Formats: sequence, C-alpha cells, structure tokens
Amino acid sequence: MAEKHKLLEVKGLTMDFGGLRAVDSVSLEVHEGEIAALIGPNGAGKTTFFNCITGIYTPTKGDILLHPKGLESRRLNGLKPNKVTEMGLARTFQNIRLFHDMTVLENVMIGRHCRTTSGILHSILRGKAVREEEQQIVETSYQLLEKVGLAEFTNEFSKNLPYGAQRRLEIARALATEPFLLLLDEPAAGMNPQETADLDHLICKISEEEQIAILLIEHDMKLVMNISNPIYVMEYGKKIAEGAPQQIKDNPKVIEAYLGEETDA
Amino acid sequence: MLKDFRQSILVSIWFVFLTFPLMVVRVNTTEQLVEWRWMNLVWVAIGSFILSYLWRYMMARQQAREKVADSGIEKQSKVQLLLEDMSFRYKAMAVLLVFALIFPLVFDTYQSTIMISALIYVVLGLGLNITVGLAGLLDLGYVAFFAVGAYAYALLNYHFGLGFWTVLPVGGILGCLFGVILGFPILRLRGDYLAIVTLGFGMIVKIVLENWDDFSFGPSGIANIDRPGLFGIDMNINGSTTYIYYIMVAMVIFTIFVTMRLRNSRIGRAWIALREDEIACVAMGIDMARTKLSAYALGAFWAGMVGVLFAAKTTFINPASFTFMESAIILSIVVLGGMGSILGVILGAFILILLPEYLRAFSEYRMLAFGAAMVLMMIFRPQGIISNIRQKYEYKGLKEETDNG
Ligand SMILES: Nc1ncnc2c1ncn2[C@@H]1O[C@H](COP(=O)(O)OP(=O)(O)OP(=O)(O)O)[C@@H](O)[C@H]1O
Ligand SMILES: [Mg+2]
Repeated sequence: MAEKHKLLEVKGLTMDFGGLRAVDSVSLEVHEGEIAALIGPNGAGKTTFFNCITGIYTPTKGDILLHPKGLESRRLNGLKPNKVTEMGLARTFQNIRLFHDMTVLENVMIGRHCRTTSGILHSILRGKAVREEEQQIVETSYQLLEKVGLAEFTNEFSKNLPYGAQRRLEIARALATEPFLLLLDEPAAGMNPQETADLDHLICKISEEEQIAILLIEHDMKLVMNISNPIYVMEYGKKIAEGAPQQIKDNPKVIEAYLGEETDA
Repeated sequence: MLKDFRQSILVSIWFVFLTFPLMVVRVNTTEQLVEWRWMNLVWVAIGSFILSYLWRYMMARQQAREKVADSGIEKQSKVQLLLEDMSFRYKAMAVLLVFALIFPLVFDTYQSTIMISALIYVVLGLGLNITVGLAGLLDLGYVAFFAVGAYAYALLNYHFGLGFWTVLPVGGILGCLFGVILGFPILRLRGDYLAIVTLGFGMIVKIVLENWDDFSFGPSGIANIDRPGLFGIDMNINGSTTYIYYIMVAMVIFTIFVTMRLRNSRIGRAWIALREDEIACVAMGIDMARTKLSAYALGAFWAGMVGVLFAAKTTFINPASFTFMESAIILSIVVLGGMGSILGVILGAFILILLPEYLRAFSEYRMLAFGAAMVLMMIFRPQGIISNIRQKYEYKGLKEETDNG
C-alpha cells in the first residue's frame, strides 16, 4: 500500500502562558483521508493546541508545517489566522462563535469571503461580474446548508437556532472556506445522543465525499472510538499516547489519566 | 395595575414632600412676607404621578417583550414589517423625493438653510454609520474628518482659487487618507482604548487648526470662501442657498445609494462580521487590518466631502465649528437611529437636528434633552429607532431543483 500524503505535521509544539506551559512539545501528524482525534481531560491544552495551529496564538517553540497536495509546503508559525484559513485549514470553536445578528445563510456567506474577490469600487458599481459572484456565493452557501441539514433555517437569525444546529452551522461556515483540513473543537458538546449520531454521520460524509481530512477534539468517547483513527491523547500539555482506538483503550497511561480525573472530581 | 397605581401615588407624595420648600414656599424679602404657592404643589403631584405611572407601564411592557424574545420567537413591530415591504418602500421614497425637490419652492430661504444643515448631518451620520454601525469601531473624533474637508476647500480656495466642484472629490479623498492615518495605530485597540485614542485624534486636529496660524489662520478662521459655482452664473444669497440645497439633496441620495450597496456587498458583510466577533471573523479568512482600515477610510470619506460643502455654505470657517460636541451629536444620531440601519440614521439626524432648531426656546436644555433621550433609548429600545433590516437572498434555482427531486 502506498504511503498516504502527509497534510499537517506538527513538531515539538510548545506554548507558554507566562509561567504556565499549556502545551509541552507535542508532535502530531494528519494524513490525507484521515479522521484524527485529539482527546484528553479538561485543561489538557487541546484548544490551545488548535489555537496555535490556526494562528490565533503564536507558539513559543516548535514547527507547524502544512503540506497542501500539489503545492509548496508552508511553515504556519506566526502566520495570521486569515492566512492560515486561506491556505486551506478551517476550524470551528468550542464555545460557539457564530455571527449572531446575521442570518444563517449570511454566516456561511462570510466563509466564502476569502475565496471571492470583489473589491470596494466594484461593489459600489455592482457590474455583471460582481452580481454573478454574489449569486455564486449565495448558491454555494445554500448548498452547504443543505449538506449539513440546515436549509430550513436559511433566513433565520443564527442566535435563534437550537444548540446542535449552531454547531452544524459552524461546520458549514468552515466548509465554505474550501479547506482540505478541518479542525473541529468539541463538535458534539451539548448535543443529545440523536444529534451526536447525526453529527457522526455528517463528519464521515465530509471526510469521504469532500476528501477533507479532519482533526477533532472530543470528549464523547463513543463518537471518537467510532469514527477516528488515529487518536492522540494529551494530559497536562503533554502527549501521552497515540495509536488506533483499540491501542488507546488498552493503554494504561490513558486509563490512568481518565480515571485520575474522575477521582479528582 | 392597582399596585402600580398605588406605587405611583406614593412616588408623587414623596416628590411633593421633597420639592415643597422649593416649589411652594417663597420668602419675599422686600415685603417680609412668606408666599404659599399651593398651585405648584398640585402641579408637582400630578406631574410626578403621571411620569411615574408612565415609567412603570413602559418598564412592564419592556419586560413582557424581553420574555417573548427569550422564548425564541421574536415578533417584529408593525413599522418594521411595513418597512420590509418593498412596494411600500418605493412609494414612500417617491413621495419623499418629490417633497425634497419642491421644498425650497414652498418654504423660504431660512427653512432651506435649516434643511441644508440637517442634510449635512444625514451624510455625516451615514458616514459614521459605516465605521460605528456596520463595522462596530467606535470613533469619537469623527468631526476631525469633517474639518479636514472644510479646511481643504477653504485653503485651496484661498491660496489657489480652486472651485467647489474641483475640491469636492479632493475633500473626500483627503478624508479617506486621514481615516487610514487614524486607522493604522488603532488596529489592535478595542473598547475603552479605542474611545480614548479616537477622542484624542479629534482633539489633536482641532488644536492644530487653532494654533498653527501660518497654515490655518488660527482661531480667527478663514472668511470669504467661494460659494459653489454654476457655470459662472451670478447668484444672490437666496438663489445660492437653493442651489446648495439641491446639491445637498443630490449628495444625500448619492450617499444612501453607495452605503446601501456597500452594506449588501462582500465588504459590508465582512464589516458586520467584524462587529459581531473579531476572532471568528479572522478565523474565517477575513483580513482584519484591511477590513478595519477600509471601514475607517470609507466612513471618513463622507465627512471629508460634506466638509467641503459646509465650508462653501457658510463661506467662513474656524476651529470652533469642529468641537467634540459635534462628534458626540453625530454619534448620537447613529446610536439613536439604529446602528447599521440607513433609514434609522436618516430619521435620527432629522430628529436630533431639526427638533432643537424648531424648539429654539429650549435650546439651553438641548444637551440635557440629548442625554435624557439617550438614556431612555438605551433602556427601552437599545437597537435604535429602526433596527437593522437584513437582506433576504434569493436562491431560486436551487429551490426548484430540490422541489423536483
Ligand atoms: N489565553 C490564555 N491565557 C492563560 N492561560 C490559558 C489561556 N488559554 C488557556 N489557558 C490555560 O491553558 C490550559 C489548557 O487550556 P485549554 O483550553 O487548551 O484546555 P482544553 O484541553 O481545551 O480543555 P477543555 O477540554 O476543557 O476544553 C488551561 O490550564 C488553561 O487555563
Ligand atoms: Mg478546549
């Protein structure tokens, strides 16, 4: 079997907040076609890890390398978030960050921003090219809403959506930026079992149909074990294990990390 | 209901008691007499009762509305629904346009002058609405751009004899330029810091104009600025005022047209997204620096342009016209009218500029009334007179497809 193309390569990533080392030399790789998972107890540094990759924080040490297929590799350290997104790496947020006073459709349309070009003067003149581009944005966004099952809410304000729908809208918005790698931060948080099952399905669909690799953070073990391989485990900022779901389940360090958390609580 | 009634009576008794020494008793020192003005007591009682009852009633209504909003289904007010009706909008616009066009024929020059200043504030409000209302970037020094435009015309006219129409676009572009100059250092600032720096910027521009005598002629200002020309035709004051009025109407229409297009464009959506959530915005691939700078520049453009017209209208300018108070009034127009709503800002400008003009008798209380209006507004209608109406997008082709399938 041919070696799979490596899309994201993180080497020895370290992030300090003052005296606190939130992420401690973590290395991780995501290959083409994979659904990788990053798990770990609360406060392990998972979200911080995402923020470093997507340019929201500049990491203290380490390398983040992106290898888009057929394009030159780029080092992401210190790049602005919008540049990272332009390179084809999109994300969702753990604490939902939708544009609340915009409609559901407009939220997705924002995702198209970096793939469209009309400037200020052209927008004022609104020539044929601009009108066509606008219509294209609307149609693409609507298709994405259909894909994630939110077409019925198109003209609703996003703040009025149920929780599960808001999470799916975040995914649609991220997809609108045409990523080849999608980072999902706890996409199932706050969802009921039925919604989680739907999400499970949606993530697999995105991975298969769109050829988008996925790296997700999740606390719902059932979802993680179901769909993802490989799994990376973090605790106190350090990577303590990586491997296939079965290996992770049997790993004594992982069991200890999770049991330890329960006895603490 | 009964409880409110009783409470209001208590409030009114309390007020009567509090104001008794002030309102009722008066010592006439010349005749060594004490006057008892019992009628005042009655007025205070009735007045405070009505106000208190009204207050309670409004608060109750507000709470009821909040409950409805919490339950998810927001009911839009009748006015709002009417405004979303396109055919009504076109009819209303046509009526307004006709009214605006015949205005100087029906009313005298004095009325036209007042109208011109109201329209100037409409343009200023619409410009600031881009920066504050759409992009959510506070700007307390907006009047500085207005000053830039006005001084650009005054100085170019004084030194080089350039005419109004030549300088009009120059004023706008200079406004833009200053918008970018202000925008750069404050890209990373937010909230209070933004307020302080923009406030300082406004002050600096005014102080420079006041003190740099060689450049701006200091506090004495510049006089005898040319009025706008019309193919070299000589006009008397009346004719010229009417002419300026029509220029101003055209300018307002132009501003509305452009800001409307901008709002419903790719850039406009980026501005609104920036206002809603900066981090999500950059994570979705929007260049924050560029978006912010464009919001400052395009907001300032209108102030610069209308500044040129202001100088041409008054034929005399000095730094006293560009105080912080002006910035505050323009900001009030935007907030009162409804952040991001074009119609709301226009209404806000007319209310805030025309009311004080026609209620000259109360002009001393103008700022007090402004303050009270703002506080009441924040309590009862924080979204402004008219809240932002969202564009509905068409996606017909797709709908048919899914219907068939
Ligand atoms: N901006 C920040 N400044 C200082 N400390 C931070 C910051 N962001 C995160 N931390 C700290 O870094 C550690 C890791 O936080 P992080 O949010 O990455 O955890 P997590 O693994 O995502 O947890 P959870 O499962 O609860 O989401 C925590 O101790 C947190 O308090
Ligand atoms: Mg987290």
